[in-house]
Formats: sequence, C-alpha cells, structure tokens
Amino acid sequence: MRKPITLKGETGTWEMVIGLEIHAQVNCKSKLFSGSATDFGASPNSQVSYVDAAMPGMLPVINNEAVNQAIKTGHALNAKINNISIFDRKNYFYPDLPQGYQISQFKSPIVGEGWIVIDLGKGETKKIGIERLHLEQDAGKLMHDQHPRLSFVDLNRSGIPLMEIVSMPDMRDWEEAGAYLRKLRSIVRYIGSCDGNMDQGSLRCDANISVRRPGEEFGTRCELKNINSVKFMMKAVEYEAYRQIEIIENGGEVKQETRLYDPNKNETRSMRSKEEAHDYRYFPDPDLLPLNISNERIEKYKNELPELPDQKRERFQKDFGLSFYDADVLTADRSYADFFEIVSKNRDTKFVANWIITNFFAMLNEVEKSVEESPVNAEQLGELFDLIKEGTISGRTAKEVFEEMFTKGGNAGDIVDAKGLKQISNTDELESMAKNIIEENTDQVSKFKNGNEKLFGWFVGQMMKSTGGTANPKVVNEILKKLLNK
Amino acid sequence: MSLDKTTLERVAYLARIKIDASEINKMTSELNNIMKWIEELNEVDIKNVKPMTGVSNEYLREREDEVNDGGYSDKIVSNAPEKIDNSFTVPKVIE
Amino acid sequence: MTKISNLGVVDTLEGLNKKEFSSVEVIKEYLNLIENDSKLNAYIHFNAEKSLSSAKLSDERRSKNEALPLDGLPIAVKDIFCVNGEKTSACSKILENFIPNYESTVTSKLWKAGGIYIGKTSMDEFAMGSSNETSYFGSVVNPWSKEGDKLVPGGSSGGSASAVAAKLAPVALGTDTGGSIRQPASFCGTVGIKPTYGRCSRWGIIAFASSLDQAGPLTRSVRDSALVLENMAGFDNLDSTSVNIKVPKFTDACSKSIKGMKIGIPKEYKISGLSSEVENIWNDGIKWMEDAGAEIVEVTLPHTKYALPTYYIVAPAEASANLARYDGVKYGFRKENIQDLEDMYSSTRAEGFGEEVKRRILIGTYVLSAGYYDAYYLRAQKVRTKIVEDFNLAFNNCDAILTPTAPTGAFKIGEKNMDPITMYMNDIFTVPASLAGLPAMSIPSGLNSNGCPLGLQLIGKGFDEETLFSIGAAVENAANFQSI
Repeated sequence: MRKPITLKGETGTWEMVIGLEIHAQVNCKSKLFSGSATDFGASPNSQVSYVDAAMPGMLPVINNEAVNQAIKTGHALNAKINNISIFDRKNYFYPDLPQGYQISQFKSPIVGEGWIVIDLGKGETKKIGIERLHLEQDAGKLMHDQHPRLSFVDLNRSGIPLMEIVSMPDMRDWEEAGAYLRKLRSIVRYIGSCDGNMDQGSLRCDANISVRRPGEEFGTRCELKNINSVKFMMKAVEYEAYRQIEIIENGGEVKQETRLYDPNKNETRSMRSKEEAHDYRYFPDPDLLPLNISNERIEKYKNELPELPDQKRERFQKDFGLSFYDADVLTADRSYADFFEIVSKNRDTKFVANWIITNFFAMLNEVEKSVEESPVNAEQLGELFDLIKEGTISGRTAKEVFEEMFTKGGNAGDIVDAKGLKQISNTDELESMAKNIIEENTDQVSKFKNGNEKLFGWFVGQMMKSTGGTANPKVVNEILKKLLNK
Repeated sequence: MSLDKTTLERVAYLARIKIDASEINKMTSELNNIMKWIEELNEVDIKNVKPMTGVSNEYLREREDEVNDGGYSDKIVSNAPEKIDNSFTVPKVIE
Repeated sequence: MTKISNLGVVDTLEGLNKKEFSSVEVIKEYLNLIENDSKLNAYIHFNAEKSLSSAKLSDERRSKNEALPLDGLPIAVKDIFCVNGEKTSACSKILENFIPNYESTVTSKLWKAGGIYIGKTSMDEFAMGSSNETSYFGSVVNPWSKEGDKLVPGGSSGGSASAVAAKLAPVALGTDTGGSIRQPASFCGTVGIKPTYGRCSRWGIIAFASSLDQAGPLTRSVRDSALVLENMAGFDNLDSTSVNIKVPKFTDACSKSIKGMKIGIPKEYKISGLSSEVENIWNDGIKWMEDAGAEIVEVTLPHTKYALPTYYIVAPAEASANLARYDGVKYGFRKENIQDLEDMYSSTRAEGFGEEVKRRILIGTYVLSAGYYDAYYLRAQKVRTKIVEDFNLAFNNCDAILTPTAPTGAFKIGEKNMDPITMYMNDIFTVPASLAGLPAMSIPSGLNSNGCPLGLQLIGKGFDEETLFSIGAAVENAANFQSI
C-alpha cells in the first residue's frame, strides 16, 4: 500500500493533515438569486441586476436549476440530500460584497456527509470523506492595478451560484490532495454541474493544512487561499507544511489564520485583512423561507445521474478489455471517455485506446487544446483507423495522415488519395521490385548471407525508399525473407 | 450579561460605525439599559420550542433559470458616490 | 361646491367619475396645499410636473371611458418606497440623494390602477422610531397640535399620517414593522391597516426588518383603506415571502354586518400605566361591538409582555444586516477626506446614520455576535413562536381581537426622545401582531382630554383582513369620529 509522504524536520518526522474547500461555480444561465447572466469576461457591471448590486429594497428569489445541480452533485458525492435546508446571512464588510452579507448556508446545508474515492496511481485508491455541500453567492471582483490610489469594483460575479464542497481532513500529503481535487473536478464535469475551469475561476480551492508528529492530535491549521490550479495547490501545501514545521521546531506556535498563496514567489503570506473580521454573525435570511426538497425530487436526480468516472473505468476494463492504466486515463475526463466510446464502436478497442492515448492526446497536449477543441473529431479519427484496418495505409503513414488532418484539416481518405499514400500490398509488384534490389546489390546480399543479419533492415529500407513508404511492411518482410534466404 | 466598553467597541467595529471616545461611556450605559430590559425574556420557558424561521408556513418558491435581468451598467453605477467608467471605486484595498 | 381636499378616496373618485372636477384640478389643489404647508413638514419631496402629466393622462382615459379603479387619485408615498426617478432616502442622510431606477411593486400596482404620485412623506429614519423625530429632514408636526404645543404625529409613518389627517392627501402609503402604520394613525386620527405579512410585496421597499415589514394605506375612512389595499396587495414573484393567495374585495367587507361575530378582549393588554382615557375608549369600543350584535369574549395572550423585548432583538438583528449595504460604495453618502477603506466604512456610517439607527444596528450586531446568539437572538425567535401560539389559541375562540392601538395619545415633540425604552413602549400593543405576521388595523375612536385622537386596534387571523374591515367599519360608524 502506498504510504503518504512524510517530511523530515530537524527534530524528526512530520505528517501533514489536509482538508480542501472547493468553490465550484454552478452551471446555470442566471445567478443564484437574480436573473442576470453568468457569462465569463463581460464588461464591468454589465451582468448585474439591481438585486446583485444590493440596491435598496431588492429581494432574492432562488434559481431552481442551482438547487437541481446541487442535488445531482450531492448524489455524485454519495451524500445525503437534506429535505429542509436554510439560507443564512454571513455578515462582513468588503467592497466586493454589495449586500454587506453573503447569502450562504451555515447550520442546515442542502447536502450533508458523503465520500469519494481518489486514485493514487498503480491502481491504489483512498476514500476521502465529504463533510457537506452548500449553495452560496459569489462576491464581485476588485481590480487593483487600474489606478494608483483606487481599487475598482466590478459586480459581474456578484451573485453567481457556487457550491462549496468541504472535505473531511482526510488527506495526508499533497499527492492525495492533488488526486482529490482532480477527482472532484472530474466528477462535477461528468455530471455537468460545473465546467471545472480553474483558469476562469469556475473552480477554486482553499486548502486547510496542519502538521503533526505521526499519530498525534491535529495541529493548528492555516487556510490557504488564491489557489487556481492543481499544481499550485500541491506546491502551496508543500511550502506551507515546511513553514509550519520550521515554526514549531524553532519553539514557536502556528497561528490559526488565512494565508494567501503567491504562485510567482511560491510562498504563502498572512492575510491580516481577513483576520480582523472574524465574527460572521450567521443568522437565517428572513428574505428567504426554508428550502424544501421532496423525496421525489431527490430520487429523480438520483435516477438521472450519469455514469461516474469510477463506474466508467470499471466498465471500460471489463467490457473493452482495457488495462487499468488505459481505462483510467480515458475516464479521467468525460470528454475523453465520450470521444473514445464513439471511436471505438465496432473497432478494436485496445488498438483505439492505445492510439488515442499515445498519438491523439500527445498531439492535443502539444497544441494545448482540449478534446472538445480538437480539429479532428471522433468520426474522422475512426475513418483513419478503418484505413489502417483495411490495410490501405500503414500505421506509420497513419500518423502522417493524422498530422495533416490535425493541422490542415480534411478527411483521412482524401488525404491518402491526394498524396498517393495508399499502401502497396500487391505481392507480384513488390516481389519484382525486391528482385531488382537484390540483383543490384550483390555485395550486401553476400554480406547478409555470411551472417550479417542486421542488413535485413537495410533491404526493407530500400523497399520503402522506392515506394515512398507506401509498401505494406508485412508483405515486404515476407518477400525479402523468402528471396534472401533462397 | 452586561455589555462593557470593550464589547461595545468590538460590536461597533463589526458594524463599521466609528464611535467618538467621548460618546463611549454614555452609549455603553444606554445600550446596557436596553439589554437589561430585554433580559426579561429569560423568564420564558423555551424548552422544546422551535425558533421561528418564517412568518408563513410556506416553503421557498423557486424561479426558472432564465436570463431576464442585467445589461444596464450605467444604471447600476448612476448613484455611485465615486466611479470611473462603469466601475465603482474605493480607496485602494491591500490584500 | 365641496373643497376637493375634504374628500376621501371613495368620494374623490366619485367626483372624478361624475365629472365634478378633473384629475388635473385635484392634483393642482393638493400641490398647492403641499407647497404652502409651512406647519407640518409632512412632505419632503414632490414633483409637480410628474404629477400633473400623470393627471392629464388620467383625464384622457376618463374622457374615453377607460378609467381605471383609482384613476386620478392622488397618493402620498412614504419615503421608504422606491419610486422610479424620485429621490428615495428612508429619511436618512446616508441615502439623501439616492434616485432609484426602479419602482416598488406596491407603488407600481397603484400607478397601474390609475393612482397619481403626489409626493414623498417624511418618516423616522429607516422606519426606526415612534415619533417621526429621527427623520433626517426634521420632525413632523401632528395637525392636532394646539398653538405653541407641537405634538408628534407618531411614527414611523408620521409624515403619511400627518398628511392624511391634515387633508394634504386623501391617502398615504405607510409601512409597519412594529406599529409604524397603526400608532401614527392612532395619534393623528386616521385609519391605518397593516395587512397580513406576505399580502403586499416588499419588493422595492427599503428594508428595516424583513420578517416584519409590511406596506399598508393610511386614510380617513375604513372604506378608503379597503379600496386602496385592494389595489396594492397581491402576489409578487419577486418577493420570496409574498404569499400566492387571492385578494378579496375588501370594500364589500366594509358593509357586512358583524352580528354574531366573536370579538376577543385580551386581559394581558390591561397593563399598569394604561391611561384611564385609553381604557375608557377601549370600554366604549367593547360596548359599540355589543350594540352591533357582536359577542365579546375574554381571551388570553400570556406572552404579551415579552413581545416588545422580543421585537427589540429580532428587528435590530435583521436591521443590522439589512443596513450593511449602506457602506458608501454603490450609492448614497460617502464621507470625504477619508484615510483608507476602513475609515471610509466607519466614518461614512457614523455620519450617515442617525443616533437611533446606530443604536439599533449596534444592538442587532451584538445579539448576533459570537457567544450571544443563543442567549438573545435564538431565544427571541423561540419566544416569538410562543407568541404565535398564543394568537393561534386565542383565535380558536374569536374572529378578531380588540385592543387600544397605543397606551397614550400624541405627546410633545422632544418629550420622549431622551430615553429609548420610554419611546419603545409606544409599540407595546402593536408589536405582538407584527411578530405573528397578523393583519391589524387602527380606527380613530375618540379624543383624550388634550383633544387628541385615540385609536382602537383590531387584530385579525392571517389573511382575514375582510373581518377587520367589517368590524372596523362598525367601530367607525359607532365612534363617529370627526376629522380636523
């Protein structure tokens, strides 16, 4: 079994205790409590209603799709959906918070305890507890670099629906934390409750971390904010763990506080501004009545839940005979899995899996594009595979054709025709070609016959050269073997 | 429970209301009188009583997920004490 | 010909329908009175141009026989309702120059019914007060004041009550959180009704305490209130606490006999310190009810004495959050020459809010703060449940409850504003119905020895305003109260 990473300090070994709070933007057209849009990147305050700007007399009305998405997500986290939940006001002052309070859920969240399984490589897994999921409003955005003395306030994000998903403190190192974040992202993308885009802030992560001697009580934790990628989260946790160890080993005490991660310097620093306002004075929002979710509604979304990553991986292994590794890679994101299932239909699944992972993903990686953005769609790729299967082109030619399809567009068949890449499998034609080569290179033939077997490859090369690479290698091999061993 | 000066200062900070040093004593005793009067409630037996969460017995009504608002940034900032273009501005915030 | 301003809602509409005068004439007369009023300070803003152009359109509709239910009726609006394009400040410095780009649901319904905006009336700042003395625009004077002895109109809808009593409007809108329609109605000798919580939309009304705030009309007759409420009430999708229930024809209820109805008299309202004059009026009321054929039953509301302290936890707690949005960022007042963000917040709010508002924000913040929440806020919400249960039990035995509206008549300006608790006592009879969300109405019933009006309060079952209108009309009929 995999052992979590421990850290060596001056005085001995340390263990990390990590819990993550994920803020996932709920996939909705409109805001949690108003009818303004949620699109990314609009001009300042253009997606703001009077409700979002907390104009006097404005009142919230909840978006039912946000509730549905939270129910779906709750099911995907194997969690209990609560029939009654309550919206509370969380009170604090900040210029990005127009109401002076955030509408959130405190004592009675929509979703209670659950769990997910994370993958730690080589088929190893670990179960991580979920404490809760609740719905809340996002705040607006402050911009600091527009002006020397002023900060600008844009409320476009104000009121966007968020799901806050809080894990139990079950992770013991940054690898586990990374695996958890990736898995959670994969799950919300599978069920479509969040697009999982960390660059645009639709998925954000706060990490609670403390250190302890192995087996001892939890230490004092710090909350790390401003983490916008899995990589940075892992780095932030690592930095922070060492920072805390150093404090304790030097006789100090870790102060419970919120710290900001700076990815440029790879360090965390205290956010004093957030510390002072600590008493949030939660109380039920009198503008909103208790949310009542019927058992029928809970069941409906349970029944409609799509196949989740773990189930899909198991099915890929079982039905398609894929290795754990291949199945795992192909199910890590729903877009991969969907693509694979289209291409592999009625084709050799192992071959398709292997080709997609080694060639298709590599190409996407190179140009930093997602599967959805791929210039070659699943049907086109399937056609290319059929040409290989029929023997029309060789595997090597296929890569060349694929590159052409990917960079310049077009269908595999057309490219093969236009470039004359059709494979020569005609035995007579290839045999006479081989005879010519053998006659013209008697020196090489005698060397081969005297035991230099490496020269076989040279003959194959000559064949390929004279056919422009279109000779069927299998046929060429057979013919050469026959003629040279005469 | 009595509300002392330190508590009042903390509460005033939470509420973001500046209180002049000269007013603190007067305010503390005034609020203390009110809180003492309010403590009459301690006489009521509230064992097994549910707190009120809404005046009506109804549950929350939900709306459809439709975009039907927004798109008027000029009106959003029309009352702003300070703004530049369509953004509100505040003294620089150090995070 | 009768002076137009002597006419109430129903009579003004009748005069308009009979073409005795035009809407433009009505509006001109009121604008003239408002402009020349130097005594009361009831109005803080008006917009002659807007009112007159609406009046013209109204006259055009009437000439085409397309008159709406309230067509041409001037309506004064408490400064707590957002009126599109008109300054709306809740009489606070912090919102002094705020101009909403939207219209509250209630006013919007009234304009759609043909009502005409005539001006904004003064109020206690953010509706926090019982004397209208906390208004940023100065005290309002009760028209019943004698020479040299200025009396308060009550509050917080003091400007509305004063304007209606002084015939500067046939109707004014108010809001009631703990008695803010009923107590000033009682002080100024007008009718005022706070409908059931959820009956009128709160959308576009500046919030004080969200679980208590309700809009309602102040008029000089019960029937006038019924007609206006019919046109302002109704379900609103934009308010999650609005209740989807049909609005009955309240005017029909005004002529219904109360014979056989059971009227409850809660013994706990006979508090020590109740003036004998108020008690006498209450006894008169009981007699009038009996004369009209109703049955009087004694009921008990054991938690009455706890209603006021409960209210002074719940309302400030909600207000402390509702008023957090006034931070100098998006609208309203911002202190100049501030050092930094923190200074902007605390100086803006220190200067922008008046004393009473600050007091309540501090109380509200305190009762919600860590370590005090359970002892104060949570306990208060539990006591509130007990108060609701009291009413539920009482209404098993009666159709409505009759009490005085306030323990005294109007007092002098400056007389009670030194001690907050003395001031809070004004609402001792009105707060219980507010906490339970029940409809309640004040009807002018007589005068005290100072010659000042005293009102009787009727509390009804949830969404049973009709019974209040029936009984209210009977009280009105028997009291034969003469307005100024």
